[in-house]
Amino acid sequence: MSFEKFLFYVFAAILVFAAVMVITRKNPVHSALFLVLAFFNSAGLWMLAEAEFLAIALVLVYVGAVMVLFLFVVMMLDINIAELRAGFVRNAPVAILVAIAMVIELVIVVGPQRFGLDEVAAPAAKPAGYSNTEELGLALFTQHLYAFEIAAVILLVGIVAAIGLTMRRRPDTKSQDPSRQVTVKAKDRLRVIKMDAEEKA
Amino acid sequence: MEYNLASLQPALPEIFLLSAACLILVIDLFLTERTRLLTYGLSLAALAGAVALTLYAAGPEREILFHGSFVRDPMSDVLKIGLLLISLFAFVYAKDYLIELDILRGEYYVLGLFGVLGMLVMISANSFLTVYLGLELLALCLYALVAFHRDSGAGAEAAMKYFVLGALASGMLLYGISMVYGATGQLTFPEVAGVIAGGDADQTVLVFGLVFIVVGVSFKFGAVPFHMWVPDVYQGAPTSVTLFLGSAPKIAAFALTMRLLVDGMGSLVEQWQNMLIILAVLSMALGNVVAIAQSNVKRMLAYSTISHVGFIFLGLLAGTDKGYTAAMFYAITYALTAAGGFGVITMLCRKGFDAENLHDLKGLNDRSPWLAFMMLLIMFSMAGVPPTVGFFAKLFVLDAVISVDMVWLALVAVFFSIIGAFYYIRAVKMMYFDKPIDTAPLAASMDTQVMMSINGLAMLGFGLFPAALLGTCRAAFSG
Amino acid sequence: MDAVIALWTELPVVIQIVMKIVAIMLPLMLLVAYYTYAERKIIGYMQVRMGPNRVGFFGMRLWGLGQPIADAVKLMFKEIIIPTGASKTLFLIAPMLTIGPALAAWAVFPFDAGLVLADVNAGLLYILAMTSLGVYGVIIAGWASNSKYAFLGSIRSAAQIISYEIAMGFALVGVLVAAGSLNLGDIVNAQQGSVFHWFWLPLLPLFLVYFISGVAETNRAPFDVAEGESEIVAGFHVEYSGMTFAVFFLAEYANMILISALSALMFMGGWLSPLPQNWVDGVFLLDDGFQWLLLKTFAFMFLFLWFRATFPRYRYDQIMRLGWKVFIPITIVWIVVVSVMRVAEMPWWFN
Repeated sequence: MSFEKFLFYVFAAILVFAAVMVITRKNPVHSALFLVLAFFNSAGLWMLAEAEFLAIALVLVYVGAVMVLFLFVVMMLDINIAELRAGFVRNAPVAILVAIAMVIELVIVVGPQRFGLDEVAAPAAKPAGYSNTEELGLALFTQHLYAFEIAAVILLVGIVAAIGLTMRRRPDTKSQDPSRQVTVKAKDRLRVIKMDAEEKA
Repeated sequence: MEYNLASLQPALPEIFLLSAACLILVIDLFLTERTRLLTYGLSLAALAGAVALTLYAAGPEREILFHGSFVRDPMSDVLKIGLLLISLFAFVYAKDYLIELDILRGEYYVLGLFGVLGMLVMISANSFLTVYLGLELLALCLYALVAFHRDSGAGAEAAMKYFVLGALASGMLLYGISMVYGATGQLTFPEVAGVIAGGDADQTVLVFGLVFIVVGVSFKFGAVPFHMWVPDVYQGAPTSVTLFLGSAPKIAAFALTMRLLVDGMGSLVEQWQNMLIILAVLSMALGNVVAIAQSNVKRMLAYSTISHVGFIFLGLLAGTDKGYTAAMFYAITYALTAAGGFGVITMLCRKGFDAENLHDLKGLNDRSPWLAFMMLLIMFSMAGVPPTVGFFAKLFVLDAVISVDMVWLALVAVFFSIIGAFYYIRAVKMMYFDKPIDTAPLAASMDTQVMMSINGLAMLGFGLFPAALLGTCRAAFSG
Repeated sequence: MDAVIALWTELPVVIQIVMKIVAIMLPLMLLVAYYTYAERKIIGYMQVRMGPNRVGFFGMRLWGLGQPIADAVKLMFKEIIIPTGASKTLFLIAPMLTIGPALAAWAVFPFDAGLVLADVNAGLLYILAMTSLGVYGVIIAGWASNSKYAFLGSIRSAAQIISYEIAMGFALVGVLVAAGSLNLGDIVNAQQGSVFHWFWLPLLPLFLVYFISGVAETNRAPFDVAEGESEIVAGFHVEYSGMTFAVFFLAEYANMILISALSALMFMGGWLSPLPQNWVDGVFLLDDGFQWLLLKTFAFMFLFLWFRATFPRYRYDQIMRLGWKVFIPITIVWIVVVSVMRVAEMPWWFN
């Protein structure tokens, strides 16, 4: 077994293990952390496939940003897991049966007899100076330009929708406006009242 | 390759609409509550401009752009114009409703425009990637619009259901697409069709992928048994959103099916024909029967949509140009009818009162004879009563089905249409023969009234002279 | 000499790599130790006091140079306390998760022309990915401690790091556009010339944003709300003691050194000499070389200390405002400017 093959099995094994842990852990924070582990290992798999840009982007975007936000929310939740899992044991047999059926079907359809190395040849290893990032950039900005632009619009809509649905003007907030703060003059805050001296009773 | 700006001409409507939407988004930020209607006007202008550019770019030939991801052909021209005009109706009807509910914010129209853009992208898609992205763009806008009334719990619930099921459907579709890509190694429809026709692709993988694609498409269409989201979303969403959601996307869904199944996998027609038969029969049966039991008019129309989707599938599954023409005719006229139907309901709403129930229609004739007459035409068209356009739409579809020797299917369709006619006629009866429960005067602004009149009379006009629209649809497929 | 090289090439690759790693790590750790000493001394002088000046070697005081060693020994022998109710595994993993990325980032860092552990094409991305991982240690530490102060600190830190990472990433995109490469060695080579050819001039706003975001990323003053002694005791590491605390400490300083070195590399010409090449060609110490990189890095490291001694702590919402409403727009605009300069082949830098 070559070293790369060995690495593949290591990554794949940890990936599957982490994925199972994600759905079986009682604590949502642990689940989220196992998901991070799963992302790491899929990044490793991509690295093996010489797609270093995708691998690093996965770590950068999903691990570095998305999962942090996810943890941010999950950590603050106080979910009663027992309640959520009440139906789990009762439904487990059916779920397991369905899952097994799905696995069998998938193996039949996308198994090695159709997508094995005999059917689809392995791509040739790339020369040393090959830059996956550069290739990806070229493909993205020429061949897939249209799709790239639509994806950009989708992201824009995501922003508009998120802001439109959540932002409200709240009159009771005490947030500061620095530009107004610095323009404050003494006479806005302080009123000097002239009055006669009081006489002692 | 020399970069030539003029070569982008076929994509002008999309480019224009995107620029306009972005511009309106920025302009809207500078508007106050009082000048907010400028956003509305600009959005209508953007749609009108897109119609003009579509006409300008139209032509009988087939043009492919952006390395094969974009196509402009006669079918896309017709569908785009239909879509843009129906969106125009949807935008006009929405205005008064939004003002009454006090949720007139610029994002509504911006999201609407982006949704229209997504539909245009779907209509002109020539590759799996584009069609999927267009679909997501539309879906994302619709999710946000459904939840647009932030103080409404039902709206949030509907949006959540729509989002979860929509994401599931997208996953299905994407999974199917990845299967087809795995089997053929191609993404653009002509190339995929070429590989399939060449017999080089693995049949099992293809059919497996096809099943997932059909499931994904039926989810988006809302065909039985993937219809669960339709009634809840139609009911929970603000009526103006239901109006938009229930009309224009049907045209886009038709385009989606045409592109995926006919352009991409036309040689697998035997496989998808059988799937569509099941979907069509179930949709017509369940939609029409369950609609009878509804007391909420939005829910009733939701089930009616399901049954109409069955009819559109009926045309598609014929697998002939005649069938596609009929389905296209059906999709466009149904979208127009649905826009009118929901439009009338939005006009019944006013501050603090959201017309939802069937008995809100009672005595509409006493309150506004003209509006009642429009609703009558729309209801007759949905039921398929001659001489409204709905009758001819059904007729063409049945004709197409019979001409491929599936007479039993036509009989089933006629049977369920007759059942369906009951609840449309019941609504008409309520309008004309029942006493009004609510006697508040109906006030609608001028633009809404004009649009509603055009919409209602179009039911009659296209019904009396179906040849014009039918000819256009036929031309789309003869080229 | 030849014999040594022959012996080196004879060694198994794994041993070679391990030795290279050690050759990077040992000086780095030493640097961290004396960085803490420098911090106390410099801030001391800025506040007109002496700083540590007692602990020396062999009975001599030596201006307190033995202080970091004494501190390290002390921390190593202290008890590691695990609070009741803490999530034990995560509590212990957290410090490692903090230090791991801080050290791993050095793998692609070029110290001189060709002197790099792993010369990868996507070096810049790798660095960005690694620096974005450091936040996990902080978040997990705060959550696993089962303490509300620690938790508040980690929540603050998570939000802050995410916000500044975007600005930092965009600043690096500007560098990437200017240099036309993701390889750190190529980025330095693209700045050939003299001090006026370095990227700090055409990318001045990005340079400032990058460095300030770097200060925020490392949770240093004036952005140290994650620790915020006066508000939430010591923030995310309030429950840590002994070696576990020392590891957090190490990671923070290693990260500061990393940010300084990266700023030197990407905006200040790395190991390039500030004088024009034809003046200094072959001149000892003035020619391009590691000494320049070291000097520049030290200058940035000094800035970190200077900030801490000078600026009061930012309030939390002001930090957020600065990140989202000031830095991100600046970087986006400047990326466009850089792209235009690049396409127009602006003379001096991009021709």
